[in-house]
Amino acid sequence: MEKVKTAKKEKQPKYRLVEMSDGTLRVRSAWAYAYILPAMALLLLFTLYPLVMVLRTAFYQKYIYITNTGTGFGMSSFIWVLKDPTFWMACKNTLILLLIALPITLVIALGAALLINSIKKLQGFFQTVYFLPYVTSTIAIGMAFLWLFHSDYGYINYFLEFLGIPPQKWLTDPDLMIVTLSIFSIWNGLAFKILLFLAGLQKINKQVYQAARIDGASPAKTLFRITLPLLSPTIWMVILVSVIYVARTFNEVYAMFVSYAGGAAGTGNAAITIMYYIYWMFYDQGKVNYAAAAAILFLIVIILITVVQRVVSKKFVHYV
Amino acid sequence: MSKKNANDRQIRDSGSITLTAVKYVVLTIGALVMMFPFIWMLLTSLKTLPEAISIPPQWMPSDPQWVNYEYSWNLVPFGMFFRNTIWVGILSVVVTLVLSILGAYAFSIYSFPGHNLCFYLFMLTMMVPNEILIIQNYVTCSKLGMLDSFSGIVLPTVANGFYIFMLQEYFLQTPPSLFKAAKVDGCSNLKYLIKVVIPMNVNAIVTVAILTFITAWNSFMWPLIVTMSDEHTLLSVGLLRFRQASSSNLHNQMAAACIVLIPMVVFYIIFHKKIMEGVASGGTKG
Repeated sequence: MEKVKTAKKEKQPKYRLVEMSDGTLRVRSAWAYAYILPAMALLLLFTLYPLVMVLRTAFYQKYIYITNTGTGFGMSSFIWVLKDPTFWMACKNTLILLLIALPITLVIALGAALLINSIKKLQGFFQTVYFLPYVTSTIAIGMAFLWLFHSDYGYINYFLEFLGIPPQKWLTDPDLMIVTLSIFSIWNGLAFKILLFLAGLQKINKQVYQAARIDGASPAKTLFRITLPLLSPTIWMVILVSVIYVARTFNEVYAMFVSYAGGAAGTGNAAITIMYYIYWMFYDQGKVNYAAAAAILFLIVIILITVVQRVVSKKFVHYV
Repeated sequence: MSKKNANDRQIRDSGSITLTAVKYVVLTIGALVMMFPFIWMLLTSLKTLPEAISIPPQWMPSDPQWVNYEYSWNLVPFGMFFRNTIWVGILSVVVTLVLSILGAYAFSIYSFPGHNLCFYLFMLTMMVPNEILIIQNYVTCSKLGMLDSFSGIVLPTVANGFYIFMLQEYFLQTPPSLFKAAKVDGCSNLKYLIKVVIPMNVNAIVTVAILTFITAWNSFMWPLIVTMSDEHTLLSVGLLRFRQASSSNLHNQMAAACIVLIPMVVFYIIFHKKIMEGVASGGTKG
């Protein structure tokens, strides 16, 4: 794997320089472990160990949280979770966010990025404005949305009245809550995606466009034949990152539908997501083994998504 | 012939001027939609309650009620929440930087048995959602006596594989000739890190610092679980506590939300180039 090329013993008896196959020069020394140790210790304690323990907890038949002990191994926690209608509601809501809200976000973000990229003046200004929601606290912004969606005093119902739509109970009607959550997460997710699309667009070589213009390609043709294909690696990367991110939706739910004291995600838990389900089971209901089982199921799905994405990207995405 | 061409161009130019105008109008409307919650919050925070909840809406406060901010600031100990959040932000940045720089340096400069295994372990932190680890981390923190403490908030979140990975990529770009020269001069590896690698990669390191600070400032789920007392409550959690305490006083709630938002907005205005660069190069959130 690696070739030992220079091993000058006369000057540095302590170190052995190794040239790696990729041309970088490395030192062969046990000191490396000292450098990694602090990060590795925390990694083992707060990532690897809990991962193993969550797995163990999930398989306990009975579990006592205070002593962190349990008895009997089996699948009962998984079966309980899989039979819990609230869990399926959480899955359904998370799927709605993934399959409806996320594509809408992506399309709007792509459109905005294309527009910003095509103008000459104020590009930086628009970029800065559109990115602002990324840095601001979801909880604080959620408080504004909470009131904008208010059924009696909210401006959204007020605007809808102009369009002849009667006032809706955005925050309490179980059928509408997922719509409200979707709107908030679309708004909240735009900033990040616009920025990444813009970064991708700016990487495209300007000469390609010049060539297209000389050949007399129409704007539509330029967009579909040049811009989008050249942007496809970026689009794919954004999808990869946001699928996992959206699957983890939690703050938006808490900001809009949960009080400080905790509890269900709105009326009849109608706004619950998988992440909120795990939290709710663990922190609110105190059913730790069920929370652990849900967490493991979630992890399996995440791993499956990642594997599918890997396969798909190897087959279909052509990196330039 | 040439006249016809000029005519054509004129038609095309006037067409493209309309198109450009449409683009700016659409972008401005979009910008208003993005900014609307912020502007509305700011305006509402300066209204009286009847003004704030009046339908049809009264957009501008007739007389700015700065007293809303005073009331909100004192209803829950926001001063303390601010101190806590800044402190947690600084702690997170310092610890993350130290761990990530040392880790990235080891991966970029050393060859050692288990190099790849360790690297994959760090990649694991990028794959596993932090949220599913809270169940066990809560127990671990309580066993270590770290519940309701700053170390309890910070330590479980700082071993970040992503930053190690990112810095390592930068560190690898340091020319090998420089390293050889340093070795010939008898420069120790630690000295090489401090004197050469860190100064050469200040840009990337500042990016990591800024991203870590934003993440810490806005962090919510874990602080919510692990803290209880005012002395360790962060702004995002404190804001929820405020929402509970203020019942439905819209104007005061918006003042409180502005108290939390304004420092971050100012921070963003100062560092927006760096922040956007960092996020674009990193491509992660949360």
